[in-house]
Order: sequence, then structure tokens, then C-alpha cells
Amino acid sequence: MPAADTPMKSGQGHPRPPAPGRGRRSATALAGGASGPRPADRARVAPGHLRRRLSHQARAHAFLIGGLLSFALFSWYPAIRAVIIAFQKYTPGAEPAWVGTANFTRVFQDPEFGAAWRNTLTFTLFALIIGFAVPFVMALVLNELRHARAFFRVVVYLPVMIPPVVSALLWKWFYDPGAGLANEVLRWAHLPTSNWTNGADTALISLVLVATWANMGGTVLIYLAALQGIPGELYEAAELDGANIFQRVRHVTVPQTRFIMLMLMLLQIIATMQIFTEPFVITGGGPENSTVTVLYLIYKYAFLYNDFGGACALSVLLLIVLGLFSALYLRLTRTDD
Amino acid sequence: MPRRTAAPAAPGTPAVRTLVSPLALATARGRAVYWTVFGGVVLAFALAFLFPVYWMATGAMKPPDELVRTPPTLVPESWHLAAYTDAWDLMRLPRHLWNTVVQATGAWILQIVLCTAAAYALSKLRPAFGKVVLGGILATLMVPAQALLVPKYLTIADLPLLHTSLLNDPLGIWLPAVANAFNLYLLKRFFDQIPRDVLEAAEIDGAGKLRTLWSILLPMSRPVLGVVSIFALVAVWQDFLWPLMVFSDTDQQPISVALVQLSQNIPLSVLIAAMVIASIPMVLMFLVFQRHIIAGISAGGVKG
Repeated sequence: MPAADTPMKSGQGHPRPPAPGRGRRSATALAGGASGPRPADRARVAPGHLRRRLSHQARAHAFLIGGLLSFALFSWYPAIRAVIIAFQKYTPGAEPAWVGTANFTRVFQDPEFGAAWRNTLTFTLFALIIGFAVPFVMALVLNELRHARAFFRVVVYLPVMIPPVVSALLWKWFYDPGAGLANEVLRWAHLPTSNWTNGADTALISLVLVATWANMGGTVLIYLAALQGIPGELYEAAELDGANIFQRVRHVTVPQTRFIMLMLMLLQIIATMQIFTEPFVITGGGPENSTVTVLYLIYKYAFLYNDFGGACALSVLLLIVLGLFSALYLRLTRTDD
Repeated sequence: MPRRTAAPAAPGTPAVRTLVSPLALATARGRAVYWTVFGGVVLAFALAFLFPVYWMATGAMKPPDELVRTPPTLVPESWHLAAYTDAWDLMRLPRHLWNTVVQATGAWILQIVLCTAAAYALSKLRPAFGKVVLGGILATLMVPAQALLVPKYLTIADLPLLHTSLLNDPLGIWLPAVANAFNLYLLKRFFDQIPRDVLEAAEIDGAGKLRTLWSILLPMSRPVLGVVSIFALVAVWQDFLWPLMVFSDTDQQPISVALVQLSQNIPLSVLIAAMVIASIPMVLMFLVFQRHIIAGISAGGVKG
């Protein structure tokens, strides 16, 4: 059978220009990778051809079906279902009932709703300020060092490989007001101690520190790769023009890495707005709801209040907000291609 | 900034010029500054990233009274392994580690097999509606995974048509793991770069689709398969919220969920020992494959 396939395939393959090159491929990469049969081929489809094409299609879909089923069941269907259940009273095992926008109004009236969004946005803002500037400066310095480069890369990425649950528990122990390492360090430096995650005003920022520590490695590595792509002549030219080191950062490094910076910023917004493990493990949302995040609230609605309608209403809201950021991200990456 | 064409590098300068000019580094003052900065960075990195790990590993070896002493001891006065053995037995770590291994390995194998097959079909076989399917898969990249966990949970609690539940079943981890648009897209992009002529040559020699995939495409795709494998294994091993939802049965829980569930009523030193043990597999894997992982992250980030 495969041998019988080849005349048709080569019939499509050969008339193409001999060197399709990168341009053609990247143009169609997002659109299925290959153009369909050419019109001339389609015009002279004989019954034998049709059967062959059907069997080819059957085989192509046999390869595709496993992945397709998984996406259908666990990505597409839940996305649609989230929207449906958001308008239903849903209890597992019982027949769902339509309730209109009741789930949304109930969720809106929950005092935790405002707190969760406020916390999530504050968290994202802090994470951007700390988790964005620190890795950039770190990558900038690392890129200048000529020794022990592999060591630095391994060490900065080490926390990323530690399971998030372990880093959360580790920092919960560090933040312990009694014998925690964080306050010991402050005492050793003769600084006033802090309540860390036990104070309503410091809890959120303490969690941002954990998340930054745990996730910074990837950002630093990506920045380093971007910095190595900057042509050295630009720095030379700037130096000849009399630019000092800060001006070189300002006028060469930043513009040259602006695109990557924007990408990472969006990715970081999307990731930090889905924060769950740190508040769940370290603070349990407290004190005084100061660390309840939107995802945490979704979890509470579903698994503590058994209110799946409310949980899905919240999910849909989060989906819309994050979907906007994701769309922006995809749009930006695609124009770069 | 005026953009100039590349001038030939002056003799003696290194190939890659960075922010600081090599000439400035060559002066005595430049060298002094360089080594000061270098020492400072080494110290800062050791304190920020290695010290917490050291504190965790040694904390578990201190006796309980030394562990809560203020000021703390930098080095344990006497070394005890009791917390590690207690954690191993009391928290039933072998059970939870085994659960994690089963969940991660199954998800990895299933993802490699099904995502590779689907990527091959989408890249080379031109299935009908292939563009629609690919569009649908790429669209899931825009949908933040965590926001959909609750409807996903309801789906596996009562699978459509079959009406069976995958809760407390490793299948609840394995099957949804296949729906990983990022890995599938990574594979498809790699396959797209392999010229069709290579595959056609194999087909002229009489190889079927499966054989072409197995003996032509896959051997050429080792680098991307490695990256996808690592991503798949790490993702399942590190995951917390999804297994927390799927496994209410303690006996089935992976190590991440078990650690949090048991952390409330266990002595501190035992918990810390368990945390160390839970970290070892991933850290070991990282140290073994560090070159590939770091190269993969760096390349993946730049190319998107």
C-alpha cells in the first residue's frame, strides 16, 4: 500500500520550487504545515484515487486521535463547561438547574471576592517589580563574569527544581516568628524583626519573596540568552560615542532586549495571577484574608463550600482577564515569527 | 543609536563583546573591580540560593531542641539521621514517592506517544480539518490551565458517555497530561523543519507511516524529545493543585500533596527531612541533565 501512495505524493511534491526555504515553512507553520492538494490534482480524482485518499485520511486521523480526544475531553469540553456551569446550580450527582446570573451576583457580594482580586493584583504588581527587575540586573551582572559561568546558571536554577510545595514549606519555616531563619538574620544584623506571613500588612509581600526566589531562575536564564544575542559592535559604537556604562545599558541593552522583556512580563503576569500553592501552604489565605487569591477562592468555592456554580463563575471571570493577557502574548510572539 | 556594520574584531579581543569593554577589564583597576564583583556575586548566590538548601538539609539532622534554639547553630552540634528514617517510615514516603513515580512516568509515556503521533499527523500527514484542530490546540495556549481546573475536575469525576470516575486513579493524571499544547506545538514545529523529501525517500523504499515515524523522524528528533520528556516529568512531579483535587485517598497521593496534608501533625525535624527527600529526585535529575535543561530553557525562551 505505501508504494501505491508514492506517485500521488510525488505528484504533489515535485512541481514545487526546488528550495522552499524557511520563509514558506514559517508562513504555513501555524496553519497546518502543508498546503492541501493542488486544484489540478483534485480535478482528476479517479475512484481509485478517492479510496487511496480515504485510507490515507484514515491513517492520518489514527495518528491524531489520541491527542485529539485528550484535548477535546480535558481542554475544550471543560472550557465550554465552565461557561455553562457558571449559569447553573450544580451539585455533583444531581440534575443541574439554570439559575441565570445568580452565581455571579452571589460571588460579587462575597467580601472575599474583592479581597481576592485586590490581593491577586497587588501580588502581580509586587511580583513584577521585584521578580522582574532583580533577574534583569542579575543577568546583566552574570553576563559580564568570565569565570564559573556554568556554576552560576546551575545555582540560580536550583530553586526552580525544588518542588514548589517544598519551597513553600521551607519558607513557612523561615518565616516562623519564633525560631525562623528570617527573623534570626534580622536580629543578627540588629534590625527590627518582622511578623512576615503572620502580619496582615506583610504577609502578601512575604509570599512574593518566596515566589520570586523559587521562580527567578528561568527568567535569569532567558535574559542571559537574550543578552548574548546582542551584537558586540553596538556596545563598541556606544563607547566610541562616549556613553558610560549606565548609558550603554539604557541605550543598547534595554532596546535590544525590549521584546524579550515584554514577553517575560506578560508570561509572569499570567503565571502570578494563577498563584495558589504559596498562599494555600504558607498562610491558608490569612491573616484576615490578606493573602486569599482568586484561584484560592475558586478552590474554596468548589471544595469547601461545594458551590461549583460559584467556582465556575469565578473561573470564567479569571479566564476573561487572563485570556486578554494571553492573547496579547500570542499576538506579540507571532508577529516576531 | 547609529548602527554600524560589523568591523573585524581587533586581534586579542574575545569573540563576544559585552557591556564592559575588554580593554577596561585589562587594566589593574578593572581587574580589581572585576574580582570584587565576582566575589560578591559568588557570596550573594551562595547565600540566596545554596544556603536555604543547606539549612534545610542540616536542619533535619539537628535534634529537636537544637532545631528551635535561638540563636540557631550554623552547623549541627551532633548529626542525627533519625528524622530521615522517621520521615521515611512515619510519613510512608516510599508509598508516596512510588505514587509520584507512577503518575509522572505514565503521564510522560502517554504524552510522548500521543503528542508525537498527533504532531506527526499535523505536520506531515495533512489530515482533513488539520488546520482547525491545530487552531483549537493553539487556542488552549491562551486559556490559563489553572482557571479550568474545576470544570476539568468535574469532567474526570464523571467522564462523558462512559460515566466512570477517574478520581483517585493515576489515569486522572495521565490522560489530561496529554492535552499539553505547548509540548505538542514544540514537537510539531520540530517536525516541520524536517524536509518532506527525507520521509518520501523512506516511503519510496516501502516504509509505512508508522515505520517512517519510528525509524526516520524520531531518531532525528532526539533533542526535542529530550526537552519534552523533561518538561513532562518535571510538570507532573512538581504539580500540586491538580493532584490535590484528584486524590482524596491518602494512599494514592503523590509526595507533594502528602507533604502538605501531613505537615500539620508531624514533628518539625521529621517534616524537614521529608522535604529534603522529596526534593532529591528532581534536584538529582537537574544535576545530571543540567546542560540540556539550561540549554532548553534558554533556547525555548528566545525562540518563544
